[in-house]
Amino acid sequence: MTVATETRVAELVKAYAGRPSELIQALHRVQSELGHVPQEAQAVVAAVVGVPLSQVRGVVTFYHFFRTSPVGRHTLRLCLGTACHVRGAENILKAIREELGVGLGETSADGAFTVEGVRCLGACGLAPVMMVDDDVYGKLDPKRTKRILRQIREGEG
Amino acid sequence: MINLRIDDVPAQAEPGQTILDAARAAGVRIPTLCHLEALCPVGACRLCLVEIRNWNGKLVPACATPAQEGLDVVANSDRLTSLRRTILELLFAERNHICAFCVSNGHCELQDLATELGMDHVTFPYRFPALALDASHAKFGIDHNRCVLCGRCVRACAEVEGAFTWGFAGRGVHTLVEADLGDRWGRSVTCTGCGKCVQACPTGALFEKGKITAEQEKRPALLAEITERRPRA
Repeated sequence: MTVATETRVAELVKAYAGRPSELIQALHRVQSELGHVPQEAQAVVAAVVGVPLSQVRGVVTFYHFFRTSPVGRHTLRLCLGTACHVRGAENILKAIREELGVGLGETSADGAFTVEGVRCLGACGLAPVMMVDDDVYGKLDPKRTKRILRQIREGEG
Repeated sequence: MINLRIDDVPAQAEPGQTILDAARAAGVRIPTLCHLEALCPVGACRLCLVEIRNWNGKLVPACATPAQEGLDVVANSDRLTSLRRTILELLFAERNHICAFCVSNGHCELQDLATELGMDHVTFPYRFPALALDASHAKFGIDHNRCVLCGRCVRACAEVEGAFTWGFAGRGVHTLVEADLGDRWGRSVTCTGCGKCVQACPTGALFEKGKITAEQEKRPALLAEITERRPRA
């Protein structure tokens, strides 16, 4: 992280200076601006807000909402709810892993996809189902899943 | 003075003292693991669960429940032993507690508790999560496979040393005790290398380098010795 970014983070959380009870708000502020809360930003937040480094890390890693790495250009939400589980969400996740090289909570090396597990998307009739950004893909099988991901990737280029 | 009964033994406590304090003063043994004299009670391990007869048999952690007038406490019973044994089994099954290969074999509170409570086998499948061992610190090491997440190191570091180096990262079964922002221990910017966490650790999770198993004896009482000598306001 550059000095400029550090200054920017410090500026972002200025309102929470010396207010340890508002740590979560400070972290939200950083994430809404940067898209994630990198380690260097956590250190700045700790110093400004007045909370030990270990406690900032505790909060960032406890809540699923906070991310410590950048999000991909597309967000893939795979449903892990009951219906999708029964209809083989596990196999879809395996296909995603094979195609993108990453699993739940991770971002593919090319920065194209961030994979998240969610429950539930409210489309159980389409199980197993996933969303890529705002589009819903239902009745998935491993082969089709891989094809969809490839098409989205090609559509980018 | 508060008067209560623990295992039908009359016990007394000062206001602010816990059921555990009263039991110890009255000579009634209650097993503990996450509790450590001089550190704030957290009631995390649940091994000190006791039954309160006049609260409809409600189970409460003795270490974190204030002594109250007239309480009729059951500290030892078949039901409590069975519950405590199950808790121990879950602790053993969660990571890797194969005593024969542990640096703390023979000096381990978890092992001693298993002996005391007659936990001679584990009925749950072992998880064996294969966690990392961090030996980057010059004097000490941390083996997450032996950690029971009691938090005694975290509290010793924060409450007695005041360094706040250790913290819990992650959640649930994936929780790890980590230094600062998850850096390797040896790279920690806040660790003073005082070793209080190691002395506080009940198992072989935190250990001293260069010591063989027979020498790996901890001094958990050290923390109370330090705080008792501090000037009081």
